[in-house]
Amino acid sequence: MSNRPMNEPPLNESPVAGVAAARRRGKLGAKTIALAHGSGGKGMRDLIEDVLVGAFDNPALAALEDQATLDLASLTARGDRLALTTDSYVVDPLFFPGGDIGKLAVNGTVNDLAVGGATPLYLTCGLIIEEGLEVETLRRVVRSMKVAADAAGVKIVTGDTKVVGRGAADKLFINTAGVGVVPAGVCLGAHRATPGDQVLTNGFIGDHGAAIVDARGQFALENHILSDCQPLHGLVQAMLAAYPDVHCLRDATRGGIAGVANEFAEQSGVGIRLDEASIPLRDEVRGMCELLGLDPLYLANEGKLVAIVPKAGSDAVLRAMRAHPAGADSANVGEVIASRPGRVTLRSVLGGERVVDVPFGEQLPRIC
Amino acid sequence: MKYVDEFRDPAKARALVASIGRLAQRLARPRQAPLQLMEFCGGHTHTIFRYGLSQLLPSSVELVHGPGCPVCVLPMGRVDDCIALAERPEVILASFGDALRVPGSRGSLLDAKARGADVRIVYSPLDALGLARRHPERQVIFFALGFETTMPSTALTVLQAERDGVENFSLFCNHITTLPTIKAILDSPDMAIDGFLAPGHVSMVIGARPFDFIAERYHRPIVITGFEPLDILQSIWMLIEQIAAGRAAVENQYARAVREEGNAVALEAIGKVFQLREFFEWRGLGSIDHSGIAIRDAYERFDAERRFGVRHLKIADPKACQCGEVLKGVLRPWECKVFGGACTPETPMGALMVSSEGACAAYYKFADVDALIRRRQSAERREPEPAGP
Repeated sequence: MSNRPMNEPPLNESPVAGVAAARRRGKLGAKTIALAHGSGGKGMRDLIEDVLVGAFDNPALAALEDQATLDLASLTARGDRLALTTDSYVVDPLFFPGGDIGKLAVNGTVNDLAVGGATPLYLTCGLIIEEGLEVETLRRVVRSMKVAADAAGVKIVTGDTKVVGRGAADKLFINTAGVGVVPAGVCLGAHRATPGDQVLTNGFIGDHGAAIVDARGQFALENHILSDCQPLHGLVQAMLAAYPDVHCLRDATRGGIAGVANEFAEQSGVGIRLDEASIPLRDEVRGMCELLGLDPLYLANEGKLVAIVPKAGSDAVLRAMRAHPAGADSANVGEVIASRPGRVTLRSVLGGERVVDVPFGEQLPRIC
Repeated sequence: MKYVDEFRDPAKARALVASIGRLAQRLARPRQAPLQLMEFCGGHTHTIFRYGLSQLLPSSVELVHGPGCPVCVLPMGRVDDCIALAERPEVILASFGDALRVPGSRGSLLDAKARGADVRIVYSPLDALGLARRHPERQVIFFALGFETTMPSTALTVLQAERDGVENFSLFCNHITTLPTIKAILDSPDMAIDGFLAPGHVSMVIGARPFDFIAERYHRPIVITGFEPLDILQSIWMLIEQIAAGRAAVENQYARAVREEGNAVALEAIGKVFQLREFFEWRGLGSIDHSGIAIRDAYERFDAERRFGVRHLKIADPKACQCGEVLKGVLRPWECKVFGGACTPETPMGALMVSSEGACAAYYKFADVDALIRRRQSAERREPEPAGP
C-alpha cells in the first residue's frame, strides 16, 4: 500500500473480492424494476451485481460487504481532517440538458466536500427506485455516475438499493455521502468575511435552474440551456494554491448566489454589496427570467461557487480561476462592507440599490 | 439583450433623472408637500424596486404604489371558496403559481395542496383546458384572476372549450376591472395623488380613451406607461411636465405597444363571455361597485360558482391591517403598524404583503426593512423638542 501513488485513492482490497469475482456475476434479465428487485433475494442480487457492481467496477464494491473499509494511513498522509457530507437527489426530470440525476448526485456531493477545501475521495450510493422504472433508465443513470466519478477522481465504494411501490417515490431518488480529506492549513468558514473582502464567482449564474425549467418542456424555448453541473474541487485547489487565505467558499446550489451571499453576511455579521452589471448571466437565462418573472440571483447552480477573498489576494485568485476550465468566465461581483450587517444589497445597472433578501420558499420545486 | 437593454441604458436614465430634477425644482418652491405620483400596476411597482428608481428621484417626487396586483387584492372569503372547490375529490384546480400563497382564513391553496387537494400550477388558461382534455373523468377548474390583461385569454379559453365541447372545464372567476378602482381611489376623501402612471398591459387591451374621465372630471394627468425603467422615468417626466404646465391629459408613453382604441379582438371576446358584477369585495379596499367580473348566463356551464354552488364566504380583513391607507397614498408601507412585524411575506396579513408585486412585499424584499421600521418607531415615540440650554 505504501507505494501507491498519491493521486490514487487508497482502497482496502478485501480478500473476498477475488472470490466474488470468481463466482459468475448475476445478470438482470427484466426490462422494468419490480418490487422483487428490492426484496433481498436473487432479484436484488442480480440488480446489484449486474447494474451497479458491473458499472462502478471497483474491488471494494465487488466484495459485496455491508461496508467499505478505508485505509487510514494513506488518508492521514493527505491532510489532517476528514470531511464527511451527504445529499439526496430528487430532480425532476431525471435527464436534462447538460446532465442527469446520476451526474448531479456525484458532482453535488463532490462539491459539498470541495468547498470545504477537501480533496473528495469516496462516495456512497443509495438508490430508492419506484417500481416500474425501466432497467435501461437505471443503467443510463448508473453509467453517468461512473463517468462523473471518474472525471472527479472519486470512487463509489458502497451502496444500498430499495425498491418502493408505484407512487411511493417518483421514478428514482439517489443519496450519496462523500468522504474527503482537508489538507493542513486550509481554514474556510462562512463566519470569516471581513469588510473590504471581494466577492468572486466562477462564471454564468442560474444555468442549472434554467436548464431544468427548459427540460420540463412547458415553454418550447428556442435556445437550449445546459446545466452547469460540474465538479469544483480542481478549481478550489487552484484558488487555494494562488492564495491560501480564502475566507469563505460555498457552492451556490438551491437559493442561488443570493442564498450563499446571505449566509456569509449573516454568519460573518457584515454587509455584502453585489454589483448587477458585473454578474455573469447568459442572455438565454436572462431571457427566461424576464419571461417567467424569475430572479437569476435565486436560480440554482450545480457548478458555481461564491468565494470571499481578502482584497490583497483577490486578483491572484481571480486569475487562477480564469485559468481553470471550471472558471473561465469568473468575475469579481461585489464586496464585503461594514454597514448593514447581515444584509445583502445589489447595485442595479442604473445605480439604484435594493436589498437581496434571504430566499423563502422555492422558486421551482425539485431542481436537484 | 435586444429590445430590453435599450430601455435600461444607464446614461439615458441619468439624463432623464436630471431633467426630472430640473422640472421638479421649478415646481418645488410654490409647493409644500412632495408630488405624489401613483403607479397603479404591480408590474410597475416591481420595476421601481428592482432598479431602485425611487432613490434616483429627487425628494420632491414620491411614488405611491397602487392596488394593481390582482393576487394581492383577492379577499380571504374568495380564497376560502377556492380552497373548498379544490378540496372536492373530483376537482383538479389549475392556478397561476403566485396565487397559491395567498392566505385565506384557513391557509392558502399551497396548504390545501399539502393536505391532499389536487392543485396544479399552469402558465395560461389554455394549459388548464389541456388538463381537462387529458382528464375527462375529473372536473378541471381554472382559478381565473387578473385585470383586463389576463381577461382576454380566459375569455378565449371559454370560447375554445365551448367550440370543442369540453364539458369538464370551468372557471372560478375573480377577474376585476381597473377603472372603477381608480375612481374609488379618486373619490376617497383623503386622496392625495397628483398624477397617475396608467397600466401598460391593461391599456393594450382597453386602449387610452377609457382613462379620459381621470383628466376631465378629476383634473389629474395620467400617462400610459411601459414596464422598463426608462419607460417609468420618462412617464414620470411627462406627468411632472403636465403638472408644471397646469395641464391634465391622458398621454401615451407606451405607444410601441398601446393603441388608442385598444385591441378589438380581445375586447370582443371579453364582451361575449363576461359581464360586470354589481359589486366586488377587495382585500384592503372593501366593496367597490362594478369592479368585479362574472360569466354571462350564456356561458353559465363554464362557471364553477354555479356548477358547484360556491358559498360566497365573507371574511373581514384583519383589524390591524392598514392596506387601504397605503393603497390611497395616505400611509407609506412602512408606516403601517404591522409592517415587518406581524405582517411579512412569509406570514402576510394584508393584501399588499401577499404577492411579490404588492407594495409592502416589494418594500420588504427590496428595501432596508430594519431601517424603515426604526424610522416608524422613532416617529411613533417622538418626544417634544428638547428645551434649549
